[in-house]
Formats: sequence, C-alpha cells, structure tokens
Amino acid sequence: MSALLPPSERVWGNQPLDKVEGTWILIALVWCLFMFFMMPYWHVFGKQNYSGEAYRTTPQAFSAKVDAMVDKYTVRHETAREFPVVRPPAGSDVYLLGRLWDWYPILELEKNQTYRLHISSMDWQHGFSLQPINVNAQIVPGYQMTLTITPDKSGEYTIVCNEYCGVLHHTMLGKIYVVDR
Amino acid sequence: MSEQFRTCPQSGLVFHKSAETLIKWNAVAAVVFLAVGGLLGLLVVLTRWPAVHLLPADLFYQVLTGHGIVTLLVWIIFFEVAVLYFCSSTLLRCRLATPKLAWLAFALMLGGAAITAVAILQGGSSVMMTSYVPMPAAPHFYLGLILFAVGALIACFIFLGTLVVAKNERTYEGSIPLVTFGALTACIIAIFTIASGAIILIPTFLWSVGYISNIDPLMYRIIWWAMGHSSQQINVSAHVAVWYAIAAIVFGARPMSERVSRGAFLLYILFLQLASAHHILVDPGVGTEWKIFNTSYAMYLAVLASMVHGLTIPGSIEVAQREKGYTNGLFEWLRKAPWGNPVFSGMFISLIGFGFIGGISGVVMGTEQINLIIHNTIYVPGHFHPTVAVGTTLAFMALTYFLVPVLFRRELVLQGWAKWQPYLFGIGTSLMGLFMMGAGTMGVSRRHWDMAFSGSAFSFEYGGAAYMMMGLTGIFGVVSVIGGASFIIIVVGSILFGKKIEDKSEYGTARPPVLQMAPPAPAHHGSGFVAPGTFVLALVFLATFVVYYFLNWMYLSSVWPMS
Repeated sequence: MSALLPPSERVWGNQPLDKVEGTWILIALVWCLFMFFMMPYWHVFGKQNYSGEAYRTTPQAFSAKVDAMVDKYTVRHETAREFPVVRPPAGSDVYLLGRLWDWYPILELEKNQTYRLHISSMDWQHGFSLQPINVNAQIVPGYQMTLTITPDKSGEYTIVCNEYCGVLHHTMLGKIYVVDR
Repeated sequence: MSEQFRTCPQSGLVFHKSAETLIKWNAVAAVVFLAVGGLLGLLVVLTRWPAVHLLPADLFYQVLTGHGIVTLLVWIIFFEVAVLYFCSSTLLRCRLATPKLAWLAFALMLGGAAITAVAILQGGSSVMMTSYVPMPAAPHFYLGLILFAVGALIACFIFLGTLVVAKNERTYEGSIPLVTFGALTACIIAIFTIASGAIILIPTFLWSVGYISNIDPLMYRIIWWAMGHSSQQINVSAHVAVWYAIAAIVFGARPMSERVSRGAFLLYILFLQLASAHHILVDPGVGTEWKIFNTSYAMYLAVLASMVHGLTIPGSIEVAQREKGYTNGLFEWLRKAPWGNPVFSGMFISLIGFGFIGGISGVVMGTEQINLIIHNTIYVPGHFHPTVAVGTTLAFMALTYFLVPVLFRRELVLQGWAKWQPYLFGIGTSLMGLFMMGAGTMGVSRRHWDMAFSGSAFSFEYGGAAYMMMGLTGIFGVVSVIGGASFIIIVVGSILFGKKIEDKSEYGTARPPVLQMAPPAPAHHGSGFVAPGTFVLALVFLATFVVYYFLNWMYLSSVWPMS
C-alpha cells in the first residue's frame, strides 16, 4: 500500500525512472509540443481563425451603426415582424446586433466576397452560432467583435443564440443569406 | 483533553475521533447533495430528450441552474473536504488541526449551499451556474456561494494545518505519502480557485445590491472561469489521488516511480489553473497569444501530467499483478483484475472514461481555432460529463464503497447490485457524453430549452441525425441516472441498515504508532519494460487522440474562411 505510505527513500527525487515511463513521457511531450505549435501554425497558414480583433463600444454607439447600415442598404422586409433584409456592398463593414431575443437585421451577402462583420450585444451576453456550418462566438455587451468572413457557399444560414439569455432564449434566431452574384 | 484514536482492523487505517466524525458528516452531506443534483439532472435530461421535452422553459432553466451548482460545486467539494481530512489526519495518523473550526467550515458550506438553493427555488436566479453579468440574480444567490467558498477555504487551511501538526509531532517518517501529496495539490489549486471566486463574486454581490454600478462582463468571464474551471482542476487532482489510493488499497500497488508521479502533480500545481482561457477562446477583447498560452496550459504541460498519471496508475497495477503471477501475455493482469469489486471497477472505468472521452475531447475543444466549431454547443457538457461525472464522481463513488465499511463499520447491502453500479453509471454517462458530443458537432446548443425553436419569428431545423443524437443522449442520460440512484440507494442503505461489523476497534488515548516508510522496491523496479500491457494501452490512447484531433481540424477547414 505504498501510495498510502511515505516513500521508501527520504529523497524521492532520486528514484530511478522505469523505461516504460521514460518512453511514454518522451512520446507524450512530443505530442504536447506538436499540438501547441499547431495553433500558431494555423494562424499563419490556416484559413479559419479569429484574429482577436475587437473594440470597446456601447449599445447606443453600436445600434447607431446598425441603423445607419439598415437605412442605407435595406432591400426588402421579411417575416411577420417586417425584419429588414440588408444587402451591404461587397467588401464593406457589416453590423449585426444581438438583443433579447433577436439577431438584427437579416443580412444578405455575396458568395466569395469578404466582409468585416461586427457583432455586439445590446443587453446581456449572447452566443452567435451560425448553422448549419456551426461557427460559434461569444457576444459580450460593451465589446464589438470584428470577424473578417468570406462566405464560400451560397444558401440560407441561421444564427442561433447559444448563450443562455432568459426564458425566450430558444426563440432567438437570425438569418444570413449568401447569394451568388 | 487527550486525543482519541482507533485502528481499523480491516484496513489498518488509524482514525482520529474528531476527524472521523467530520469525514463522515462531510461525506454524508456530499451524498445527499449528489442525490438532489442527480434528480435535477434527470429533469434536465428528460427535457432535452426531444421526444419527451418534459419541463416548461422557465422551470427547465431553473432546474439546470440548480443541477450545475449542486453537482459541480456542492457535492464534489463536500466530498473533497472529506478526502482532504482523510488524506491528512487518517493517512498520516495525526490529530486533525482545529476540529471546531472544521465544524464552522461545515456549517458555512451547508448554510451557503442552502441560501443559494433558496435563491434558485424562489425563481429569480435562473442564471445558470455561471451567472454571467449583466444578467442579474438575487443577491443571496451570490451570498450563498461566497459563504460556501469561505467554508471550503477554511477546510483547505485545516488540511494544511494538519500537515504541519503531523510534521511537528512526527507522526510519520520521511515524506508525506503520494496520495497525501495529490491531496495537497488539490488543496493548493482549491485555494487559488476560491481566491478567484472571491475576487469576482464579492463585487458581483455588491453589484446586485446596488453598491457597484457596473461589472465588466468580459472581466467577469475571465475571473469567474479562473474559479469555474479551476474548481474542476481540484477535482482532477483529487480523483487522481483517489485512483492512486485505490490502486494501493485493492492491489497493494506501489507507484512506479515516486519522482514521476509527484513531478506530474507538481505540473498540475504550476499549470492547471490556466484553464480559464478554455471558455474565452472565441471572446472579443482578449489577445491571441494569451489564448494560446493559457488554453494549452503553457504548452500542454498539465496535459502531459495527466497522460503520465494515466500511464503510471494502470502501470503500477500491472506491476503489482505481475508480481502476483499474472504474467501471461500482455493483458492477463487486467483480465484477472477484480472486475466484480466496485472499488476497482469504479476506479478503472473512471480512469478510462476520463482519459479517452473527457481528456481527449477537452484538449481538442480547447484548441484555440477548433473551439470556433464547438463553443457553447452541447459538445461542451458532452465533454465535461465524462470528465467530472465519470472521472471525479465515479472515482469518489468507488472510494465510498471502500470507506463505508471502514468508517461506518457496516457491511455493504445489495452487494450484487453494487457490482453493476459502476458499469451502469460509468458507461451510461460516457455514452451520454459521446452522443452529446455528436449532437454538438451538428450544432445543437447547450443550455437551450427547445432545439425546434418554437415561437421564433424564424424557423430552423436541425437534421434528423441531430435529433437522433439527442434522443440517445436522453436514453443514456436515464441509464446514468439509474446508475447514480443505485449508488445512493446502496450507500444510504448500507449506512442505515448494513450488517454491523463486530470488531474490536475502540477509541483509545494511546498515541498511534509512527507511520513507517514503505519497504524498498524489489530489485526489478526501474530496470526494464515492467508494464508492457499498460504501454500498449497508452499507445492505443495516443492513436485515438491523434486521429480525433486531426478529424476536428478537418471539420474546421471546411467552414467559411475567416480571420
């Protein structure tokens, strides 16, 4: 029962290493280092990253930007609640806000064009979960997250809220349409 | 007043009277909370099972808040306090330092848990365990958690104090045993954890009563998770210590090398607390370098430590079994292990489930970029149920089967049932976790009442496979709950109705004999490839890990390019 007893040597640091242990530690260490360097590698050579770009903002300042974009680029309205569908120019800055319990507005983007998508929350924390490709980000009030995205497949995408935000959390959906040019 | 001790004739363990009573009461409180938390878990499972969808939304979120707090914090920390007292006072044959303060700690933890429970029951605090600001909870929700944490902190210092007493009164020779060393690791991490909790929960409490106007939600997340995730690292250290203890109890296994095992615990102390980052990987406002360094526990050195424990614990069992003559082939030692003894089977299923499911998924989802396709999906609870419920809870259950006869001097009731309990709970929970991970990969959210989004202005449907995964999650979740309930019934039944063990184990005031150092290792130690079967198992683990890791990079590379 020696794991329950004091070690047999007073200086346990000198105990010999078994070959099984030594070999495994070496293999495990190599794998650990590989996994570590994979992350900076992907930042340089991979295509799916979040650079960490973000700005401090306020609900007022951010919703002003959203409203300006909606005023300028709304192409039609959808759903019983007349959500604006906004089609900003290719390559432009696009604003999306989360609030209890909507993602606003609906965005219409062109395939293979790059946009700077800015997202923030008007109230509590929300989760941006883009389905069906399952890309997820945390949306924190007071912070504007800036993701540079290049939608590479056309279709209808749904934004699910996946950070719990109160009793109607499950109704909080939004849409992004990606259309061919 | 002289201290009273008794020696358990079965196990040879020496119990200090005050410590023994405290261990019992903390363990009993833990088991009661496990029963409550498990019941809440059943309600969560039955609501997330799409075909059942039991509770209405508000009640679901209320129950989910309770389930998280009761199981992740209350059950586990009560049991850990019992483990800390056991690993200090009992293993070192030493009187427990300041038993009166230990009762104060117990009262604070019980009172704190009750206050938070009342807040949740009142309905105004359905904020999930994480209580992310600025979503408000009632002030006493935070207050209860703070009191609970203060109690736990006192218990940590009593553990440290007992180590000092043992050293001063020379109750043992040489260094503290490995299991106590593991408990010490857990204690150090616990102090860090509770300090983080205090730093964030005290201001949040003041905010909730109006003394502070604003808590930055990102700062909250970073510091809260320094408590929220680190508290799970207390569990890792504690349950690894329990694995070592059970290997010693069941097999008389000696650690393959004290140096390696203790070194691995040391890596936990140094790096395991960095894991707060795992929850911040797709947050705005935190730098990439910070994320990469912290999420990997500084180049995965804490993962390395877990991989070392994962080898040395079964390795030490293999060595012990081979010494007993189970030397045929690679795996006779494992085949001939006592699979019908829940102390062993619970521990071994815990180790496999924690490593293969909890461990691998944890590292994969904690990879900075891969987190983009996992964050806040039901993959996350799919990771931490195998980690905490199979890893920690099942290890504690296994230890309980050993402790009930020793502490309460009662034989286990329903022994035939107890044989199966670790399989039901361990395999049920593991499969539930796997199916949750599958559903999460398909985008199903965690903490979400309705995957059909009824009542939304928009519509969206997950595929049939996602529904099937959630149905299977429901089925195996129920299996897991049956396994958990079996444990409660067996343990409570044994304590109340088990046959009394008639032995001569009376308290006396005589000082127990000094704990001697372990006999030196036999000559073959350290001289060859002593645990080939374990090594092969470790390679299977590594292969699984590598394949699954790259599979997730492949998934990631198929989504929209973004930066």
